Amino acid sequence: MLKGKSLLEPMDFTVDELESIFALADRIIASPADYMHKCEGKLLATLFYEPSTRTRFSFEAAMLRLGGQVIGFSEPNSSSVAKGESIADTTRTVACYCDIAVMRHPKEGAPRVAANSTSMPVINAGDGGHQHPTQTLTDLLTIRRKKGYIGDMTVGLCGDLKFGRTVHSLIKALSRYEGIKFVLISPDELKIPDYVRKGVLIKNNIPFVEVTDIKEALGGLDVLYMTRVQRERFFNEEDYIRLKDCYILDAEKMKLAKEDMMVLHPLPRVNEIAVEVDDDPRALYFEQAKNGMYVRMALIMSLLGIEG
Amino acid sequence: MNVNSIEKGIVIDHVTAGMGSSILNYLDIDTKVNTVAFIMNATSRKHGRKDLIKIENVTDIDLTALGLLAPEATVNIIENGAIVRKVKLSLPQRVVNVIRCKNPRCVTSVETGIPHIFHLVDEAAQEYRCEYCDEIISMKGKTDNELIHRKR
Repeated sequence: MLKGKSLLEPMDFTVDELESIFALADRIIASPADYMHKCEGKLLATLFYEPSTRTRFSFEAAMLRLGGQVIGFSEPNSSSVAKGESIADTTRTVACYCDIAVMRHPKEGAPRVAANSTSMPVINAGDGGHQHPTQTLTDLLTIRRKKGYIGDMTVGLCGDLKFGRTVHSLIKALSRYEGIKFVLISPDELKIPDYVRKGVLIKNNIPFVEVTDIKEALGGLDVLYMTRVQRERFFNEEDYIRLKDCYILDAEKMKLAKEDMMVLHPLPRVNEIAVEVDDDPRALYFEQAKNGMYVRMALIMSLLGIEG
Repeated sequence: MNVNSIEKGIVIDHVTAGMGSSILNYLDIDTKVNTVAFIMNATSRKHGRKDLIKIENVTDIDLTALGLLAPEATVNIIENGAIVRKVKLSLPQRVVNVIRCKNPRCVTSVETGIPHIFHLVDEAAQEYRCEYCDEIISMKGKTDNELIHRKR
């Protein structure tokens, strides 16, 4: 039962609970008209302390398509946050008006502070370089819809594995499925943090290798998860410029990949996937973005305890 | 070097040499009221070198925090000149408001009024995980006073 729960990181839900969300998302995709009044009278708060297009629009579209309403802010300067209000106080106040809240924040753990201060469900829509669990729901739903199930695959994660919160969440979530192997492709400076390497992969005996050459890895992958090197995560501009274009997936490299490899990307994409790859049937990132809205519809309904 | 025994108080023995000042800082004993003896780098049969702290007339200290800072130490509670209780410290599973997260991106660096919570993840490596951002810090050989919240 997910009613009243918060989603702060992927492990907050069991595999069965995730499965119930994916099954609901499938039903919504099959018949969206049946769900257009499910959240009438419900209000979603979007607390975005950091810029976002995709995730915020995706949540807003999800709630509106369920017949609910949305209030919130898209940058903190237009709210009491600019006056120095704490995260806990902002959340408590919002909980007086809303049924559920979505938070994006540049500081890691901010959604946990919010969730600890209220009984209203709080959804983490990305906290610094830490976690992005609803992107993970999107990724898993896309894999599940393409492959039929989640498991028995080699997943390559490429780019900024250090600050890439979508990567951390996806590794955590996939670690509970059978037959998963990881190939972690990054420059030395952007390797996965210790809490993922030791706390998830080594602790759970999950096979993984860390490499720097994408060409060497491509042929063995069932899923390639590309990520952007994010300027906003660097304290030093020089480091960003040096590393930003370290991996570029283009049509030439795609020739090295399996016929049915899935190319995923949390978007926005900058240079790491050449536009020419978009026409390749293996490129699923725009389909992934669409799935994001549906899986968020399923998540909102589940946390509000609305049957579907 | 000899320091007189105490009638009532606490003796923190077998502290890893170099850690004693961090412990004293954390305990924040009021030396205007209490007598404190702090021996640094004393000879130890067990460990080669050790620090030792004696605090007169104080028997109530935070053993959880002390376990984190000095898991190898022994605490002797003294009453009427005799040891009435001996506590072998160990690493606590969860610590609140003793260490602070060193990750500049952690929410604890900006949000005031929230407890700083860490969970033990690797006993051998003395590693703790921040509840908010998952940053792992090792307490092994930690003498950095910046990690310790002052009570005052």
